[in-house]
Amino acid sequence: MEDRKLILDIQDLSIQYRVEGGTVHAVENLNLALGYGENLGFVGETGAGKTTTALGIMRLVPDPPGRITSGRILFEGADLLRKTEDEMRSIRGGKIAMIFQDPMTSLNPVMTVDKQIAEMVLLHNDVTERQALDRAVEMLELVGIRSERARDYPHQFSGGMKQRVVIAIALACNPILLIADEPTTALDVTIQAQVLELMRELRRKINTSLVMITHDLGIVAEMCDKVAIMYAGRVVEYATTEALYNRPVHPYTEGLFNSIPDIDRDEEELKVIQGLMPDPTNLPSGCPFHPRCPYAVESCSREAPGMVEIEPGHLVACPVRTEHRLNSVGWKGGAGR
Amino acid sequence: MLKYITRRILFLLPILIGVSFIVFTLLYLTPGDPARMVLGDQATEEAVREFRDKEGLNDPFLVQYGRYVYKAVQGDIGRSYMTRLPVAREIMNAFPYTVKLALFSMLIAIVLGIPFGIISAIKQYSLFDSVMMIFAMVGLSMPVFWLGILLILFFSVHLRWLPSSGFNTIAAMILPSVTLAAQSIAIVTRMTRSSMLEVVRQDYIRTVRAKGQKESVVIWRHALGNALIPVVTVVGLQFGNLLGGAVLTESIFSIPGVGRLMVDAIKMRDYPLVQGGVLFIAVAFSLVNLLVDLLYAWLDPRIKAQYR
Ligand SMILES: Nc1ncnc2c1ncn2[C@@H]1O[C@H](COP(=O)(O)OP(=O)(O)OP(=O)(O)O)[C@@H](O)[C@H]1O
Ligand SMILES: [Mg+2]
Repeated sequence: MEDRKLILDIQDLSIQYRVEGGTVHAVENLNLALGYGENLGFVGETGAGKTTTALGIMRLVPDPPGRITSGRILFEGADLLRKTEDEMRSIRGGKIAMIFQDPMTSLNPVMTVDKQIAEMVLLHNDVTERQALDRAVEMLELVGIRSERARDYPHQFSGGMKQRVVIAIALACNPILLIADEPTTALDVTIQAQVLELMRELRRKINTSLVMITHDLGIVAEMCDKVAIMYAGRVVEYATTEALYNRPVHPYTEGLFNSIPDIDRDEEELKVIQGLMPDPTNLPSGCPFHPRCPYAVESCSREAPGMVEIEPGHLVACPVRTEHRLNSVGWKGGAGR
Repeated sequence: MLKYITRRILFLLPILIGVSFIVFTLLYLTPGDPARMVLGDQATEEAVREFRDKEGLNDPFLVQYGRYVYKAVQGDIGRSYMTRLPVAREIMNAFPYTVKLALFSMLIAIVLGIPFGIISAIKQYSLFDSVMMIFAMVGLSMPVFWLGILLILFFSVHLRWLPSSGFNTIAAMILPSVTLAAQSIAIVTRMTRSSMLEVVRQDYIRTVRAKGQKESVVIWRHALGNALIPVVTVVGLQFGNLLGGAVLTESIFSIPGVGRLMVDAIKMRDYPLVQGGVLFIAVAFSLVNLLVDLLYAWLDPRIKAQYR
């Protein structure tokens, strides 16, 4: 991996949920890196483990049933998994903030929104309650909600407005890392565009690093410098947006791009990826994608593939597709395994 | 809000008419002659006939009911056959005991049940939780009269710490209140626990944690504020029920409350007292319900918005 200063470096992270009928390996030996000021798109189909990874970074995986079983999450060089709960509390919200997936249920229904924002401000700044409430109103205006609405309850807001409140909470203390979990899925297209524009603008203002979780490759192309493609709890391909969109290598990534409707090509049917997401309590052996993979060979069901760097900063977990490039670049130990 | 309250109070009228009609019908159809009950077996045929005439018991059903409503509207709900005292006065004599008993046992249920439920929930599956859930089950299934007698045997007879009857001193109020509270404690504990477990799984609690908030504030401020909403309903219903008189507890501890008054009145076919009592309970119950609804609105802004 090239030498850049990393704000976030996740190494071999595994997170499991113990449920009736087995263990869900929601995140399995995941490796991921993010440089200061970078935008990372985190893409994968539903159930891939994106939210779980994000909760892992925040150390908010619900326990029970969830547990971080191994790995390291280096944030500014220090392992978050070794921090005390008190240390974590000052990091949560203060340095790392998260925008949650579902704005409809992410706000306390019995508390006015200004108080919910002010709570965040009070926790991480040495201010009076009055000042915190003023800051809350400021934040609301920043995300485009008029100050008269500050004393309203969440149920008085539309979905899009709630999403803005959630964003206002996340940004209230100028976090240096922002994790946005599908911040626009719940919104209609026009609001979606507004929210994205808002986040871009805020990023320019406070230069936050961003992890953008999404299903939407279009949003990634628009917003992100780097992309990680996740499948069944693992990162299968990691590259700059430019490299990934022009030269996708992993069969799953390829499948994702093929399943985007393209107006220029008029094909009768979309080439969707065959088969279904595997049962998370009972993942296939070897490469979890092999049962759905058109390129699968016999060894795929035996050996879990490691990440191979096929060009600087472009890592792929698929020996079959990367074999012919090995001679030129060579296996890279350490980065993946 | 004021409009809402006024409307709710006006709603009492149809409720009272309905309740009185049903009670009147039931009493009319119940076998047993009040005159015989009141005057005793020795009474002459003539005395019985005179009593029935005087109380209008020979009139057709609708005439009797009409007369009752007509008088009731003017504030006269009759006199007890037995004591010849106005029914209103009889009830007002008994009611303070019942209110005190209900208040005390609800207070015990709230003060114990809510914290028990919260601790059970945040320490789900712990030893404390298991013990609490067993206690709750026992509390729910233990007959009141049995618990009452056990308590009397132990605390009054054996230890001689507390009196076994009456309700005029604090000491005398302890055993009956605890006896009556046992079930409510169990109900409130279980309700608080399940409501709390439900709430702490919600996304908005995760949002608060993601702010870096202390766990104690997460639980006591954010989770509890939401979890108490259904508990309020349960407590309100319990309290409303208790206002109707706790017949068993009142009997065991010889407390002259509404429950005992009503049972005696029914036994003696003291029609005016039964009718008056039931009407009174209906009003008390409705008012408590209104109070609960107002409390609800205060706790939950989503509901407040609906009260117009
Ligand atoms: N609380 C939980 N208990 C048990 N299993 C869970 C829990 N949360 C998530 N999982 C499981 O973990 C796996 C990963 O879930 P996760 O929510 O991380 O997926 P995701 O990639 O965020 O999906 P989506 O795009 O739908 O949000 C899934 O198989 C899911 O069923
Ligand atoms: Mg998710």
